[in-house]
Amino acid sequence: MKINLLVNGALTLADAAPGLLALDWLREHRRLCGTKEGCKEGDCGACAIMLATSEPDGGVRVRPVTSCLVPFGELHGRGLITIEGLNVPGELNPAQRAMVEEGGAQCGFCTPGFIVSLCWYILYSTDPEPSLAGFRDAISGNLCRCTGYGSIFRAAERVVARFAAGGDLEGVWQAPDRVAALVERGAFPAWLAELPQRLTELRVGLEPAKPRSSEAGAPPIAIAGGTDLYVQRGEELPHVSVQMLNHRPSWSYIEVDEERVRIGGVTTFQDFAEHPEIQRMLPSILDTMELIASLPIRHRATLAGNLINASPIGDMTAYLLALGAQITLVDPQGQRREMPLEDLYLGYKTLDKRAEELVGQIAFPVVGADDHVAFEKVSKRRCLDIATVNAAVRVRLSSDGHTVQAARLAVGGVAPIPLLLREASAVMVGRRLDPNLLHQVLQAADGEVAPISDVRGSAAYKRLLARQLLLSALTDLFPRQLPLDEALGLVAPAGAAIGGRP
Amino acid sequence: MSRRHYDAVDHVRGTSQYIDDVPPPVGTLYATVVGSPQAKGSIRAIETAEARALPGVHAILRARDIPGQNQIGALLPDEELLASTEVAYIGHPVAVVVAESQELARRAAALVQVQVDPEPPIVDPREAFERGELIAPARTFACGDIDQGFSKADVVLRGTCEIAGQEHLYLETQRARAVPQEGGAIRVASSTQSPYAVQKAVARVLGLPNHRVEVDVRRLGGGFGGKEDQATAWACVAALAAHQLDRPVQIVLHRLEDLQMTGKRHPYSADYEIGLSSDGTILAYRAVLYQNSGARADLSTAVLERSLFHATNAYRVPNVQVTAACCRTNLQPHTAFRGFGGPQGMFVIEAALAHASDHLGIPRHVIQRRNLIREGDVTPYGQPMVRARGERCFDELAEAFDLEGMVSSVKAHNDQRGPTRRGLAVMPICFGISFTKTFLNQAGALLHVYGDGSVGLSTGGVEMGQGVNSKLRDIASQALGIRGERVRLESTNTTRVANMSPSAASATTDLNGNATLEAVRQVRGRLLALAAERLGAEVSRVDLIDEVVTLDGSPTDWSWTRLVSEAYFARVDLSAHGFYATPDLNFDTNTETGNPFAYHVWGASVFVAEVDVRRGTYTFEPICVVHDLGRSINPVVDIGQIEGGLAQGIGWMTLEELAYDDQGRLLSRALSTYKAPDGDFMPEVRARLIEDDNPGMPYGSKAVGEPPLMYGIGAYFALREAVRAFNPTARLPFHAPMTPERVLMGLYETEDPEDR
Ligand SMILES: Cc1cc2nc3c(=O)[nH]c(=O)nc-3n(C[C@@H](O)[C@@H](O)[C@H](O)COP(=O)(O)OP(=O)(O)OC[C@H]3O[C@@H](n4cnc5c(N)ncnc54)[C@H](O)[C@@H]3O)c2cc1C
Ligand code: FES
Ligand code: FES
Repeated sequence: MKINLLVNGALTLADAAPGLLALDWLREHRRLCGTKEGCKEGDCGACAIMLATSEPDGGVRVRPVTSCLVPFGELHGRGLITIEGLNVPGELNPAQRAMVEEGGAQCGFCTPGFIVSLCWYILYSTDPEPSLAGFRDAISGNLCRCTGYGSIFRAAERVVARFAAGGDLEGVWQAPDRVAALVERGAFPAWLAELPQRLTELRVGLEPAKPRSSEAGAPPIAIAGGTDLYVQRGEELPHVSVQMLNHRPSWSYIEVDEERVRIGGVTTFQDFAEHPEIQRMLPSILDTMELIASLPIRHRATLAGNLINASPIGDMTAYLLALGAQITLVDPQGQRREMPLEDLYLGYKTLDKRAEELVGQIAFPVVGADDHVAFEKVSKRRCLDIATVNAAVRVRLSSDGHTVQAARLAVGGVAPIPLLLREASAVMVGRRLDPNLLHQVLQAADGEVAPISDVRGSAAYKRLLARQLLLSALTDLFPRQLPLDEALGLVAPAGAAIGGRP
Repeated sequence: MSRRHYDAVDHVRGTSQYIDDVPPPVGTLYATVVGSPQAKGSIRAIETAEARALPGVHAILRARDIPGQNQIGALLPDEELLASTEVAYIGHPVAVVVAESQELARRAAALVQVQVDPEPPIVDPREAFERGELIAPARTFACGDIDQGFSKADVVLRGTCEIAGQEHLYLETQRARAVPQEGGAIRVASSTQSPYAVQKAVARVLGLPNHRVEVDVRRLGGGFGGKEDQATAWACVAALAAHQLDRPVQIVLHRLEDLQMTGKRHPYSADYEIGLSSDGTILAYRAVLYQNSGARADLSTAVLERSLFHATNAYRVPNVQVTAACCRTNLQPHTAFRGFGGPQGMFVIEAALAHASDHLGIPRHVIQRRNLIREGDVTPYGQPMVRARGERCFDELAEAFDLEGMVSSVKAHNDQRGPTRRGLAVMPICFGISFTKTFLNQAGALLHVYGDGSVGLSTGGVEMGQGVNSKLRDIASQALGIRGERVRLESTNTTRVANMSPSAASATTDLNGNATLEAVRQVRGRLLALAAERLGAEVSRVDLIDEVVTLDGSPTDWSWTRLVSEAYFARVDLSAHGFYATPDLNFDTNTETGNPFAYHVWGASVFVAEVDVRRGTYTFEPICVVHDLGRSINPVVDIGQIEGGLAQGIGWMTLEELAYDDQGRLLSRALSTYKAPDGDFMPEVRARLIEDDNPGMPYGSKAVGEPPLMYGIGAYFALREAVRAFNPTARLPFHAPMTPERVLMGLYETEDPEDR
């Protein structure tokens, strides 16, 4: 496939298989070797780059991504920023300087990835001011085996200090065009200021990329963010025909009306979480997101992809099950059908969906003031890890706060499919919310789950965890109705030191 | 001295080159190894026709294609490069596919069918022990009179431990590139901590003398012991293919291949028996350590030795008997990993002390403090302790970080009975520095001063992030009296330094730094003699300080560059080779006694863990450490080693779970299932350094690489305390790591304890 793209600002015509990884193309075809391969499955961040796209509103958006999961074919009409593009001749950019001063690089293999993540935050974060917490989130996808991270955090603090009052970059963060202001100070290379214009120029009169004829034929595999596909079938994708869903910008949207929230078929986790209406309705969404993948993965992973991957431990799947999502399937002829999400799952990775059908839209009823939503997840590591068990609940209470009007409880990792707990949910409806009801809910849930032992945990652990996560979600949502001591009293072993016991 | 990492600027700009970042020579081919699908059995057939048929596949090499000896064992000759008849673990290399691209080689490798007549594998070291599957005879370290010790004890406690292994997770996977040279010679760029081991093994496999094999190492993207012996196989594979096909050949392992095929930190199973008086004084300690060595010896026997040396950690125990055995199983050959067996030995006695604390009702840290080694105590291996700092580190820790205050605030927190419980644990360490194989304690350095005053230094030290290049630059420039920027560290190369020891045992700076000082002494002596002559003064009156020759302490107009230039024209030798061998080391394996270590590194740390009683998840308060560092040559490097070592130690004790099934198949075989600490997980480290002279080592410094890892053991016992603060009846067997699973199961354990 022949494509036109910008590589560190330079107009580039390139030809390769559409399914080839951006990482391999950069290293092998362009010999831009600052970008490293540490895992090829999105888990280490050594391959971090930035991806610039022009948005439907005419603006340019730059996202941090892991190049080991980005298909070459998607780069048509887009811009890449690699570590090489962040170097200022004879100087160090602010992230680089701070990392040198603090000894944030030991063996150096992870370092370009960290620098790209730190620079992304400095250049493109929408935070009102830089903070250590912001930097920590920005490197949530970067693994370092040498430093123990202390020096990297100290480096981040140094950068924060430079932008703070009295620092040499004071005021620059808040400048109307931060990138230009940083370039003007000599902190970043000049071409970055021209990126939006160059990208617009690139796109003038750009033809859609044409697959080479040999690639046509077999039905194409739909790639959205690629975060599951490349991990599962990475070796195969450069050799088969693929369809880039990300070339349909009109499929990325979030719309909210009186009744429903409607989400497009390529909307990413991050776009979902950053949307002001979503944040208003689901105030804990950013805390939830912290538990899911990493910043660069969330910038790629789509909600629809999570649903179709059909992993029993998909986090957004459990979340959307609890929210009461409906999905709309569309086929190439334009036929549409809508169904409740729970009806999609027939068995382990078997779906009520034909191969050529795509998820065009996901919708759920708006979350009102009496609706309470919580998400729980336990994995070995809190961040950037797949759930051992997850749980999501949506409970509507009467206005006096005592009676349950509606409830949807979902758990993942305890059945072959993402599990809506129909019985445990039903037990709650119309009942007074108190520890006695909690006890019944937990019992009903225990009857519905059937976990198996695997690398993420034993069956006994997962069963216990499912109970504990439901208990945690409900006690955190309703501390008044479900006091912690009483809730623990239902489950704690004899002799446990809990409140109310001697 | 300097505060920067030698390579830092290249690292942050992405311009540092690892092996495959260097443009490949024209015609380079790519190799992939085909591994055994079974953990044990004999090879019936290897079907290669399908793979060969792929266009672009150049060769599929097997054991019979090896021109020299099919043997790469470092300590014992028990490891074939490619299995000829028997396979002994899943992933055991049996064939090499060579093709036009790495991707094609992998695709072809997937088409190779290795047919094995399977036999039941052994994965449990105790089973191996019972069946007599030992890599070498078991060894015992003993002192005092063990039976008498136990007979005097008020309490005698017995128990078992299961300690899991650990993946190195160097971010740069194993790799090598081999390029044929004229005259049948070969040049190998290898990501190895042991260039000489690679040189010897390649020579043996190809049937060449050592001098026909040049091994060059610029840097490693992490090693941690995982490239001490285990880089050798991949370098040999590249060299074999290059030699046979007369083309450059590169091999870069995919992360999944690396996880599957390479050995890890040894898992141990252990029995302990400890006797104490009622006040908590240790009177006798007996332990049996079953090392799960994996299928081949690798470095297991040396690792085992260090488990024995450190079996009593920082404690004085008058009567000791510790037996340890290398048990052969059908897992990857396990290997060196930061700490080299020491951490496993220490864990067992720490567990015994936790048991004692539970039983006696005396806080664990009180028992620990009571039993610390004192000056002049003699270790079970017969080395008298000099400059013992165990008590000093512990007491400074208690004072600087208010240990008693921490203990009471943990209690106050738990008394609130909120949603979390806390637990506290102290972890003292005492770690011996030197290779326990005495002959390895030698190093060479080659110093060139060029006519323009710039300096090139080659040593046997391999830079892998531990900062040896930074320290050697600092040592050389300080000793020469010039700015650090003048000194360039050359790659580590077998043609410049012969017979080098591996960069391991934390001793790289000690050994290569002293060799560098010796080389500097020679060149500097010649330069000062010339300066004295030109200034018409005795040598004793001249010196070289801050790039200027001084006479009686006052600067002269002889700058460094002028002096060097003058020396060149005066035909003074501006190069020197320095050699160092650590004095006074000895160890007698018949009596298992001697002076194996040049000195010991001491320290103490305290952990407070906080467990979420509903979810079983946990976090740690900032970790407080008092560490015995000697005089720091490069504080940025040293702090980085403490923080980085701690992160690995905590990871080993908490998140990092290597799961195998009973067929010896690794289940946690990707980064999505093997979790090492990330930035979110890692607690802050608050380190105080004890800095005083360490005689005989460069500028009074001490080794720093390995010891901090062992602080991580404290994380385990802090978590254990926190769980018991909620569920006092939890049995909590001493199984490491303490994953969120074990924590939650412990919090809610009733009668039937988990047994897994
Ligand atoms: C490092 C890493 C960490 C992760 N962490 C988490 C985590 O914490 N929690 C979690 O839940 N998941 C996690 N994931 C998985 C998560 O990223 C995916 O499940 C993601 O949501 C899939 O979306 P995608 O757009 O990347 O899908 P792709 O990989 O592009 O596609 C996945 C599947 O969905 C199909 N598909 C995609 N879009 C559509 C559509 N619109 N219509 C029909 N079919 C479609 C594809 O054909 C394919 O079969 C992680 C992944 C990685 C790599
Ligand atoms: S290589 Fe590890 S995230 Fe891409
Ligand atoms: S510096 Fe080595 S992995 Fe980060």
